[in-house]
Amino acid sequence: MTLSSQPADDAKPLVSLKSITKRFPGIVANDSISIDFFPGEVHVLLGENGAGKSTLVSMLSGLQQPSEGSIMVDGTEMPIASPQKALALGIGTVFQHSMLVPSLTLTDNVNLGGAWWKTPDREAIATRMEETARSIGVEVNPTAITSSLSLGEQQQAEIVRALMRGSRFLILDEATAMLTPKDAEKLGQLMRRLVAQGLAVIFITHKLNEAVAYGDRISVLRLGRKVGALGPDELKSLGPEAATKEIIRLMFGSNGNQAAVTAKADGAMRPRINGAGTGAAPVLEILALEVDDDSVPVSGIELKIGAGEIVGIAGIDGNGQKQLAEALAGQRPVKNGRIYLDGQPIEDLPIGARRHRGLRYVTDDRLGEGTVGAFPVSINLLLKQIGEAPFWRSGIEQGGAIADNARKQVKDYDIRTPDIETPAGKLSGGNIQKLLLARELTGSARAVIFAKPTYGLDLNNIAASRRRIREAADGGKAVIVLSTELDELIELSDRIAVMSQGRIVGIVENDGDARQKIGEFMSGVAA
Amino acid sequence: MTLLTAAFLTALLAGAITAGIPLLLAGLGEQLSEKTGVLNIGIEGMMLAGAYMGFLVAWKTDSVFLGFVGGAGGGMLVAAIMALLCVRFGLNQIVIGIALTLGAEGATAMLHYFQFAQTYPRLGAIASLPIPPLANIPVLGPALFNRPPIVYIALLLVAVFAYVYRKTYWGIALQAAGDKPAALDSSGVSVLGIRSVAVLLTGALVGLGGAFMAIVGAGIFVPFMTNGNGFIGIVLAMLARGRPLWVLGGAAMFGACLSLTTALQVAGVDIPTDVIQMLPFAAVMGVLVMLGRKANLPSALGAAYVRGAR
Repeated sequence: MTLSSQPADDAKPLVSLKSITKRFPGIVANDSISIDFFPGEVHVLLGENGAGKSTLVSMLSGLQQPSEGSIMVDGTEMPIASPQKALALGIGTVFQHSMLVPSLTLTDNVNLGGAWWKTPDREAIATRMEETARSIGVEVNPTAITSSLSLGEQQQAEIVRALMRGSRFLILDEATAMLTPKDAEKLGQLMRRLVAQGLAVIFITHKLNEAVAYGDRISVLRLGRKVGALGPDELKSLGPEAATKEIIRLMFGSNGNQAAVTAKADGAMRPRINGAGTGAAPVLEILALEVDDDSVPVSGIELKIGAGEIVGIAGIDGNGQKQLAEALAGQRPVKNGRIYLDGQPIEDLPIGARRHRGLRYVTDDRLGEGTVGAFPVSINLLLKQIGEAPFWRSGIEQGGAIADNARKQVKDYDIRTPDIETPAGKLSGGNIQKLLLARELTGSARAVIFAKPTYGLDLNNIAASRRRIREAADGGKAVIVLSTELDELIELSDRIAVMSQGRIVGIVENDGDARQKIGEFMSGVAA
Repeated sequence: MTLLTAAFLTALLAGAITAGIPLLLAGLGEQLSEKTGVLNIGIEGMMLAGAYMGFLVAWKTDSVFLGFVGGAGGGMLVAAIMALLCVRFGLNQIVIGIALTLGAEGATAMLHYFQFAQTYPRLGAIASLPIPPLANIPVLGPALFNRPPIVYIALLLVAVFAYVYRKTYWGIALQAAGDKPAALDSSGVSVLGIRSVAVLLTGALVGLGGAFMAIVGAGIFVPFMTNGNGFIGIVLAMLARGRPLWVLGGAAMFGACLSLTTALQVAGVDIPTDVIQMLPFAAVMGVLVMLGRKANLPSALGAAYVRGAR
């Protein structure tokens, strides 16, 4: 623990990857990757979805074996044959999806892996857990049942557990992906404290701002190759702005660079259709809407959205956004209040009838309620029209019409799929989102609700999704975007409503100081 | 109310224990498998194999003790196939479970036909081990405390499992294997190992239950003699979730129903026997309707574990 936070030039890497290659049937997930990881550093592995980050992690944590190349630990070659071996070497991994048993207490989760014939001393372990947590500046409740804790708390507990097991090399796999912005920031600070104690931290992410904010060293992966790295000195001398630009260049090559930057520029220059909805009758009108829910009941929602207008709904996740979206789409009963689409009340109509009237909902639960993973792309594109002409006639599937529709949409929306018969579940997240967008935006859509439209996507697909949203509005549709990412709302919206605890606490025009006003509404100052 | 004599009650209670012990062992066994995420539909077959092997060994060696060892071994033999196919190779647990049950039914019926169908050998009555002074209590004494040692052992197992589940590292590992196998694996414990051991022990427990039916209950082996006891054990385990004491309670209840069937027939109550024989199964359905909703099962139940698969 005497290591300084910055390794000297002659510092020895704790773990080194030497030309690691990993092949799976049909693809090369990692292609001859060499990286050194030093103690006292947060080393960020950055890359798009499918760049090979997770494969690299699974080899370091002993879940998979490299096809070629070797892993060195403390300077000697050391195959990591199993998770057990990884733990013994001091390599602890906190996976993207929690690796705690939900039905056990935190103490018992620490006890996983004890010698089976012994009985654990639960009190001693709880005490040790609290001490370890305190030493890195977090708090845990060892007797709490895991499933009762928030994802952020579970993650802290996992880090504490890894330290209790003697980890000196901590891998955080997409650790911030599921966290609220505040918890993500806390995790960032925690990483800084851990490396200050001499640990090596590997932080895997596809968020650039986090990489630049918390990383000492950044390695960029692309299509299974390491395409570049920024050391501590370069990061310092470049400064956050220039470093971000350099990383974008590495991540996406020249094309992607352009796509990402154009998206930004587009957003900045989007002509605001100020007051588009004020003169004419609104397309979608919501009056005193109330929705029942056990955890977050929604009430008093008043919104008017005109043709061509984008209304963003901001708020911390779990403040009733999902409930509101589902009530609008018809997936959840409305308790009170009215919803008008083009002047007609729709709050009592079932889902299908609302869709016919032109109301569309792009869910954020893309694999769960959005698609049927085992069905081919072609059928998923018609999932909400099953049984309707011209794709079905008298209950008989019309293969030709279905295939024509699929081919057209795959082309129009640039869905990268081997074939229209490929099961939708096999596509990447970005392409599943494109499939959903294609399905919901075609036909006679009048009003579209997007729930977290770019959640979990990489930069290219984020840009593509945002472009579609803008096009939908430009085509005269009324658009609602629910998002937890304020930057996204500011880039897209004409007006932004802030939701807190099931209510809209304020609506602001998206002008220069929108960000500050939204912040005030969120923290309750202006409410 | 001439029905409620001491003799009738003693017979009823003793019958409930005799009928309940196989259910208890089946329920405890299934509970162990399910805790680790293996939905063991094959226990009916393991039970039948245990009944056959138990009877065969007891008859050949003239030793009740060796008979029970043989019964446990017979159950484990079938369980070993299950562990190999479902845990190691990750094949569908329901398909294999059904296949094992049907296979064991066929195999034991065939063996019975060649070995015993001409002679129908019987075992003698089993020696009881009275526990003084409890054995002298009226009604309860003869029914509960003047029984063969295997009865006491089975009841003791309830406490043993309750202790194992709540107090030991093994108990934690068992639960993790069923609820989040990947978490257990990344903690350096072999999920396949934990599950294999659990399935084998299930086979031993269930085989013991089958042997009990043949050696203590009937004194003879007849084809299909387990008669759905294994399946009732599955229901018991589902309702009890992780709690051995609940298995005991359920086994006592269903045992009493089964025993009532006999007792009512003996007492000459004027109800068609078909109706009386339906009683335990009607009870199963009744309980399922009332409590089945609450049966929250391990989240990885029925799913083979493959490291790294998503």
